[in-house]
Amino acid sequence: MTLAEAAPQALNFDCETGNYHTFCPISCVAWLYQKIEDSFFLVIGTKTCGYFLQNAMGVMIFAEPRYAMAELEEGDISAQLNDYNELKRLCEQIKRDRNPSVIVWIGTCTTEIIKMDLEGLAPKLEGEIGIPIVVARANGLDYAFTQGEDTVLAAMAARCPTKVVESETEERNAIQKLLNFGRKKDEIAATDTEYKDHAPLVLFGSLPDPVVTQLTLELKRQGIKVSGWLPAKRYTELPVIEEGYYVAGVNPFLSRTATTLMRRRKCKLIGAPFPIGPDGTRAWVEKICTVLGIEPQGLAEREAQIWESLEDYLQLIRGKSVFFMGDNLLEISLARFLVRCGMTVQEIGIPYMDKRYQAAELALLESTCNEMGSPLPTIMEKPDNYNQLQRIQDLQPNLVITGMAHANPLEARGISTKWSVEFTFAQIHGFSNARDVLELVTRPLRRNQALANLGWEKLVADV
Amino acid sequence: MKLAYWMYAGPAHIGTLRIASSFKNVHGIMHAPIGDDYFNVMRSMLERERNFTPVTTSVVDRHVLSRGSQEKVVDNITRKDSEEHPDLIVLTPTCTSSILQEDLENFVERASQTTVSDVILADVNHYRVNELQAADRTLEQIIQFYIAKARKNGDLVTAKTPEPSVNILGPTTLGFHNQHDVRELRKLMADLGITINAVIPDGASVNDLKTLPQAWFNLVPYREIGPLTARYLQQEFNQPFVDITPMGVVETARCIRQIQTLLNQQGATVNYEDFIQSQTLHVSQAAWFSRSIDCQNLTGKKAVVFGDNTHAAAITKILSREMGIHVAWAGTYCKYDGDWFREQVKDFCDEVIITDDHGAIGDAIARVEPAAIFGTQMERHVGKRLDTPCGVIAAPIHIQNFPIGYKPFLGYEGSNQIVDLIYNSFTLGMEDHLLEIFGGHDTKEVIHKGISADSDLNWTSDGLAELNKIPGFVRSKVKRNTEKFARERNISHINVEVLYAAKEAVGA
Ligand code: SF4
Repeated sequence: MTLAEAAPQALNFDCETGNYHTFCPISCVAWLYQKIEDSFFLVIGTKTCGYFLQNAMGVMIFAEPRYAMAELEEGDISAQLNDYNELKRLCEQIKRDRNPSVIVWIGTCTTEIIKMDLEGLAPKLEGEIGIPIVVARANGLDYAFTQGEDTVLAAMAARCPTKVVESETEERNAIQKLLNFGRKKDEIAATDTEYKDHAPLVLFGSLPDPVVTQLTLELKRQGIKVSGWLPAKRYTELPVIEEGYYVAGVNPFLSRTATTLMRRRKCKLIGAPFPIGPDGTRAWVEKICTVLGIEPQGLAEREAQIWESLEDYLQLIRGKSVFFMGDNLLEISLARFLVRCGMTVQEIGIPYMDKRYQAAELALLESTCNEMGSPLPTIMEKPDNYNQLQRIQDLQPNLVITGMAHANPLEARGISTKWSVEFTFAQIHGFSNARDVLELVTRPLRRNQALANLGWEKLVADV
Repeated sequence: MKLAYWMYAGPAHIGTLRIASSFKNVHGIMHAPIGDDYFNVMRSMLERERNFTPVTTSVVDRHVLSRGSQEKVVDNITRKDSEEHPDLIVLTPTCTSSILQEDLENFVERASQTTVSDVILADVNHYRVNELQAADRTLEQIIQFYIAKARKNGDLVTAKTPEPSVNILGPTTLGFHNQHDVRELRKLMADLGITINAVIPDGASVNDLKTLPQAWFNLVPYREIGPLTARYLQQEFNQPFVDITPMGVVETARCIRQIQTLLNQQGATVNYEDFIQSQTLHVSQAAWFSRSIDCQNLTGKKAVVFGDNTHAAAITKILSREMGIHVAWAGTYCKYDGDWFREQVKDFCDEVIITDDHGAIGDAIARVEPAAIFGTQMERHVGKRLDTPCGVIAAPIHIQNFPIGYKPFLGYEGSNQIVDLIYNSFTLGMEDHLLEIFGGHDTKEVIHKGISADSDLNWTSDGLAELNKIPGFVRSKVKRNTEKFARERNISHINVEVLYAAKEAVGA
């Protein structure tokens, strides 16, 4: 599938007021501190940011997470206190208590507005305390939810070693290995002969370790070796990235990371649909194979097999309609998968649409709709939740994928919902997890079956 | 700057939104970046609210930073006015608007010229007040606004109702067990022959606020939200108030006696002594409980208490005065109102701690090794770590603290609920100890049954490592299915690839 085949104007793009519910991008610390085991995330913001994280992270907060707020007080705002000294004091405390391999500073709305020069302060302080400090401005003024990860990974991309300093990396790793005596290396053991000869490939996007293993294995079946992942399990294991390496994204919200890898690290981006759903996974693997000059093997059968195993779930959703209100940027890929499953997508709300980074995914969405005889949905960038609720009222979709703010009120009005945030925390990538996606999508429908004929679907006075 | 992992009280705007969304037909518009509407999620989740939370955001983004937000805020207010026809729109500043220093008052002025609804700007500063103080102030502000409006319109109702009546001030959305407390207070007032003139703000309409002065007195059940309004109404209308929290048998009686005094001062002739007597002896089980053998066994047991002012003070008194429990220390996170707390509990505990640093509280718990903790969700988790049972008595809370069953903390039924909470916390702890002393349950090792126990299959180290990454609660199921898969295919070594092949095959 190439961009030329797809006629992008065929999909209908629209844009509304941007008044919609989503999570603040600082929420990315919740999954990134777990992913990068030797990191510490310091969110430099206010009580508002802290309150959000505390409540959104739920029980995780009690597990002594490697995250904290640097809570700005009135003196910091009026610049009575010196930012550098304040940050130094806190970071020294973090070093003393936790001794992380990296401290990630998350800039917030407040640091933006008072123009705290985090990028300027970091290198100085880094030199002084001897711990790398990575700065990511993941604030609510500029970004939505999962884009937080994008800003962090874009900043990390600049820290990936090049071959030139590899000996030093080895050394760092050697020390790390010593410290982690007895810890098993998770890399899949394989001799290089199992792999075809191809240019180095680095994948980017933070995924749970089991999913990393699965996707790595998937490529291994094709003889493709994954040289590294951004991010790795530890900051000290960030992959080597050299000019001319190939990179591929695993998630649709990583535009800045992709741009950074291309522009600053001179990598070649493989623009593929994302490995969500068996169709997406196959297209992703195929595209990587094609670019690396490898003939893909057995993918059609593999995809067919997966579809077959999904049949019980497909029966539940075939012919049903779905409406994405939009809050996490996974919407295009999920919609594309659900159309292939036989659903009709009425609207795809999305916070931000990077038509270049998502080009292959958009093209696949369009061809999928055409092949399935499904009408092309409107892609609504920066949606307006109020207007969307009116449209939902008119369209009466079988399923609305939405945030928690609207889920209960919609359910009370007889409209089935699935909480969108679960898609960002569940394992949804690769062939193996297609079933998990449908488990989520069909859950409200299965609940409806279980509770059918009780006569209490609508539970508010005004409908 | 301060390093913080956890906060007990939320930011100011949460308090304002709790007040605004408690009223009927009042809409909050936050002046905030896009990520700050988490309030709607909390309300919808914790309270399982069926209706859309009447809060929207006037989004502060890059454009706003460069151009100012006047147009946007005014547009959003007028739009909401025409879409939802609220009685009142409350423009709510956040930490972001606190530093932008725009003239929000002026925006409100401009917007209200075209709106049917009233519009006010919440008078709260992120850097000066917390959630609770902001809620207290916003409630007062709304009451003041509508009293002034009624005065201007000449429809303020100042004549007292013929029979004794009361305004209950303070129950709000997202308040700890507030819904249940309101129901209990309504019942209590009915039993006392007192008409409820208004419950504010929970479920109230702003159009009824002009009748507040007709009540004989105000009841302020919580220390944190309502006192400012009560004092304002006293000043304006000479309307007296009772601010004794009716939590626990003794305090409930004290509250009722205070009500009796106020009513009799205004010409009623009520005597509630018999009522108090019969409720105490027969309706509430708490008094009887304190004499029972169960409670005797708790005598001198050590407890610690931490929470907001209202609940921590009341529970401390109940533990010490009504159950003979030894409260090693009692604490509050309402630092701004610490003197009140100290005064309330000084005779009922060894030590008073006033802090909002959860680390200090954790240390203080570890130091005294209590038999039970009464605190917030944070203390519950400290308790888990220290193997000490904890009863949750105050916010911060989560979904478990919004029970569907009837669980007031106030009034006579409330005293029953509190007995259960306290007693259950202690017995759990005791059982645990007994088990430990006698070597625990004799079934520590779960006995494996079935085929996967002594398996003929080998797990390779990578397969096993991968298996161990699967969350504990599904791991054994995955293991079983994988082995079944391997057996059917005569695979003797299960490695990571087999594991995932099995997963795909059976959807394990
Ligand atoms: S939107 Fe801005 S102020 Fe709000 S939580 Fe996010 S970073 Fe903090």
